[in-house]
Amino acid sequence: MTEPLLEVRNLSVDFHTAQGTVHAVRDVNWHLDRGECLAILGESGSGKSVSASAIMNLIDCPPGDIASGAILFEGRDVLKMDDEERRQLNGRRIAMIFQDPLSHLNPVYTVGFQIEEMMTAHGTPADAARARCLDLLERVGIPDFKTKIDAYPHQFSGGQRQRLMIAMALALKPDILIADEPTTALDVTVQAQILALLEELQAETGMGLLLITHDLGVVAEMADRVVVMNSGQIVETGSAAEVYRAPTHPYTKKLIGAVPGNGDMAAPLDTGIKPLLEVNSLTKHYGAFVALENANLTVLPGETVAIVGESGSGKSTLAKTLLRLEDATSGEALYNGRDLVSLAPKDLFELRRDIQMVFQDPTQSLNPRMTVYDIIAEAFVIHRDILPKAQWKDRVRELLDQVGLEASHMQRFPHQFSGGQRQRIAIARALALEPKLIVCDEAVSALDVSIQAQVIDLLTGLQDKLGLSYLFIAHDLPLVRDFAHRVVVMQGGRIVEQGPVAQIFDNPRMEYTRNLMAASLHPDPDVQAKRRQDRLALQKAS
Amino acid sequence: MKSFLGKRAVASAISLIALVILVFFLSRLTGDPTSLYLPVDASLESRAQFRELHGLNDPLIVQFFHYIGDLARFDFGDSIRRSEPALDAVLRAFVWTLQLAVITMTLVTIAAIVVGSLAAFRVGGLFDRIATFFSLIGSSAPDFWIAIVAIVIFSVNLGWVPTSGTGTVWHWILPISVLFIRPFGLILQIVRGSMISALSSAYVKTARAKGVRNKSIIFIHALRNAMLPVVTVIGDQAAALLNGAVVVETVFGFPGVGKLMIDSILQRDFTVVLAAIFVTAVAIFVMNILIDILYAVLDPRIRY
Amino acid sequence: MAYTDPQDALPDVLPDAPPAWVSVLRMLWRDKFALCAAIFLLIVICCAIFGPMLLEDQAMRNNLRGRNAPPFDFSKDWKLWLGGDALGRPLLARIIVAAQNTIMVAAGAVICSVLIGTTLGLIAGYTTNTTSQVIMRLADVIMSFPSLLLAVIVLYMLSPSVGNIIIVLAITRIPVYLRTTRAEVLEIRGRMFVQAAQVMGASTLRIVFRHILPVVFPTLVTIATLDFAFVMLAESSLSFLGIGIQPPEITWGLMVAQGRSYLTNAWWLSFMPGLAIILTTLSLNLLSNWMRTALDPVQRWRLEISRTKND
Repeated sequence: MTEPLLEVRNLSVDFHTAQGTVHAVRDVNWHLDRGECLAILGESGSGKSVSASAIMNLIDCPPGDIASGAILFEGRDVLKMDDEERRQLNGRRIAMIFQDPLSHLNPVYTVGFQIEEMMTAHGTPADAARARCLDLLERVGIPDFKTKIDAYPHQFSGGQRQRLMIAMALALKPDILIADEPTTALDVTVQAQILALLEELQAETGMGLLLITHDLGVVAEMADRVVVMNSGQIVETGSAAEVYRAPTHPYTKKLIGAVPGNGDMAAPLDTGIKPLLEVNSLTKHYGAFVALENANLTVLPGETVAIVGESGSGKSTLAKTLLRLEDATSGEALYNGRDLVSLAPKDLFELRRDIQMVFQDPTQSLNPRMTVYDIIAEAFVIHRDILPKAQWKDRVRELLDQVGLEASHMQRFPHQFSGGQRQRIAIARALALEPKLIVCDEAVSALDVSIQAQVIDLLTGLQDKLGLSYLFIAHDLPLVRDFAHRVVVMQGGRIVEQGPVAQIFDNPRMEYTRNLMAASLHPDPDVQAKRRQDRLALQKAS
Repeated sequence: MKSFLGKRAVASAISLIALVILVFFLSRLTGDPTSLYLPVDASLESRAQFRELHGLNDPLIVQFFHYIGDLARFDFGDSIRRSEPALDAVLRAFVWTLQLAVITMTLVTIAAIVVGSLAAFRVGGLFDRIATFFSLIGSSAPDFWIAIVAIVIFSVNLGWVPTSGTGTVWHWILPISVLFIRPFGLILQIVRGSMISALSSAYVKTARAKGVRNKSIIFIHALRNAMLPVVTVIGDQAAALLNGAVVVETVFGFPGVGKLMIDSILQRDFTVVLAAIFVTAVAIFVMNILIDILYAVLDPRIRY
Repeated sequence: MAYTDPQDALPDVLPDAPPAWVSVLRMLWRDKFALCAAIFLLIVICCAIFGPMLLEDQAMRNNLRGRNAPPFDFSKDWKLWLGGDALGRPLLARIIVAAQNTIMVAAGAVICSVLIGTTLGLIAGYTTNTTSQVIMRLADVIMSFPSLLLAVIVLYMLSPSVGNIIIVLAITRIPVYLRTTRAEVLEIRGRMFVQAAQVMGASTLRIVFRHILPVVFPTLVTIATLDFAFVMLAESSLSFLGIGIQPPEITWGLMVAQGRSYLTNAWWLSFMPGLAIILTTLSLNLLSNWMRTALDPVQRWRLEISRTKND
């Protein structure tokens, strides 16, 4: 075979930071051929995006420093080119799209201007650029593109913005497209559409696609070959199917083992017992906007009820109304027979001990100016009758131990912990009040897969030991499959379907649920290939 | 947009009325208003006559409505020291101050944006350090002191420029330079900070990945985004320029509204003071509305 | 090699934080500009507190031998090192004595406006009814005028005593704290840790004083430091224009004004007190810049690292 289109050889990049030099990537080698899709898989901090940034000249030196290595594009080392030559490559030969397209599009210019700029910056006359821009918008599926060309990024939906980024990247028919977590913040159904579009466009143009992701499902759906990275080093390389079926490195094994969606599904609990929480036709309107309409569900003691749905489906509103962070418009929520929605503040204060919440982002849910001890002991300050003050310290120690943290960390501040540890602190805080029900609002979504698995294990363990009930709000279906007893599917503020986890996953009745299931990605390339056929069949049918 | 401008105008009018009420009651609370309007050495008869003529013996509420009625007709009464309507004297002076303010703010804005953007492009570089140092000194220095030092150096010792008046271009150089320093220092710091965050933003990363030239990245992609906080500060500083104008006009004998106000205060010419306050307030409200419009022009996400 | 998870490995290298004041002093020591500024301000404050007690007599006493004495003549008494005025009163002693009025007015105004502004801001931020609207409109009225003009109007009608000047300057600065506090409160009360406290059943008072105020506080201190400089300049301008504090009391601004008549033969009479103003405001600005980073736990590491690369 001739030389590859793009080859990274022995690349090492250092960053000089506060805590000394960080070796972001060490001695990294990979290559990409025309028409091929290579995935770089890694968790946060693995250095998976660094080589792409080096290719695009996006690393600022200082603090970055390309210590050694070469990046050969068509046989020439781009690291040896001058700035003007590299500028010529960017966009024209190698293009890049990013996670979070809203912040990556300039908010004060029209999308037309920004897409055309890609071409005019490389010498295309303005009128030709305009014509090509219209073609591109049509190709990537922007509805009403003739008028939308003069709209601003904030006037599009998240999926459309990523389509705009793709249109921009492909304007000059580049040889290589680098996609850095292109679907991470998107809903599963939108993710499936964007990935499908990328695949089509790749087939059309024959470009090489470099996909940077943390999601094994995305790898299974898209990649021909995969490079697995950890702590700045490549631990494993191979075809996507090989790596999934026969991982050799312990890290890869652990990563694949941590991916949810393969475990046994929990059997439903005996419905004969009296429910802990009973929600009857709960409704919440914001003005004319219906956030939650006529929601009915029950939670049994010791049961995990998952609420799944895409963004805007009303699942967070449900949690907030139950916890009285928002007042419901109508309906009732009976907790042990007492209506949470209409309870007087004084009685509500008593009930607060029984129902606690774990939030999505532990960075934001812990007060940055309080120590871990203050954060957890606040429960005792607010509810004076739980514990005499002399025992607070011991109890905090005990709680930290329970969530797997060292008691000596009590006097530290949240920012001194990692994301997974912070979420443990948040769980310890919730446990301090000895609740019966914990509402988890996307409690593990912000965490890496391996950490996610640890936190889920912790929650399961606590449930067995303390008999807790969880109301588990999530968008990640495989996670829900392994964790929940029962599943509630929401769409547009309404509950469309609910039932035992096996019934929802194996035999969904509603079309929306079926679409949701088909769009969710499975880490096994073979399973995923079958799913894709199902999805296409569903699309044809509708 | 139109309804927004209407709302802003109403809000401004309410602020204006609040100010007028405040001035009225303060002037009545502090005792005999004739001592505000008349010179300190005025005789008892002239005071009595003045009270009668201006209805100061009426009940407070009647006086208030007279006062409001006069204001509504832009009748502030005659200046006591000058034999002309107070408003005429103020408007004449206001034109001078307006010229001074517009020229200064234009120079400040251009200089601060150019210097600030370049400083932000290489943070920690020599240019950045020099610019930051001077902007700190500039925003710390009292303008009256700079004015005096400038007069000693450039007028008295070097004899390059005249000390006071408005006759030639040379007369304008010192007042503008002195007024320039403080807002330049303050706005420069804001431009720099705002540009640093704009240049490290995600959309600038996109532009670099697109192969856009550095010049376009700074002045097209980053600058327009960075301008939003800057515009707010420019508005505040344009209003605060009147603070400086009071001092600078007094020191340089510049016949603007600031000097007029201080002179009238020292001469106890209350009608002129009142008219000057009113005119300045209206000018500031007009400027605030212009700033709001500029916001919407710069950022398409802001729609009123 | 066994793999390590970089995120979980991170905190173990971070030691327990030393007591707050130790780390603050350590950070101050690393930023030499801020350190100089802090030391200078300490000296100024000492002058303001003890100066008049020790030097009042000398500052007011005429002295024929010191008439228009030029500065930097170190053979003379130390009080004349910065020169003497037309009556032979030593300039250095006068500057030290005048520090009291200058600092007192600025400190009084800043403290009043911080207290009132923050309280109103907390109220405006935590009530959603008409109270907040009324408070904000009042702030708008005050904000829509240049502070000096407002002071000029009020001092025209009220007598320019120290108390009145403090009140006037405080009123003009209240909106700064009010708006900052309200904006921060609105932002912070939407944050998740406040919701977490609500879910635990924390009372409104607890949320305001335990969760919101500590987060707003550093911002307020930073602004107050900057504002101290601003108020000092405003007071000096008022004194300079002759509508502030009246002689025989002295402030730095007044001294600059009094020195104006001697510009040609005794330039130092205006120059030196002005220099005192500049150095003080410059120090305040530097300290405020430093605080902006030092008081923010997320930004603090910038000061905690050794600055080998930058030096």
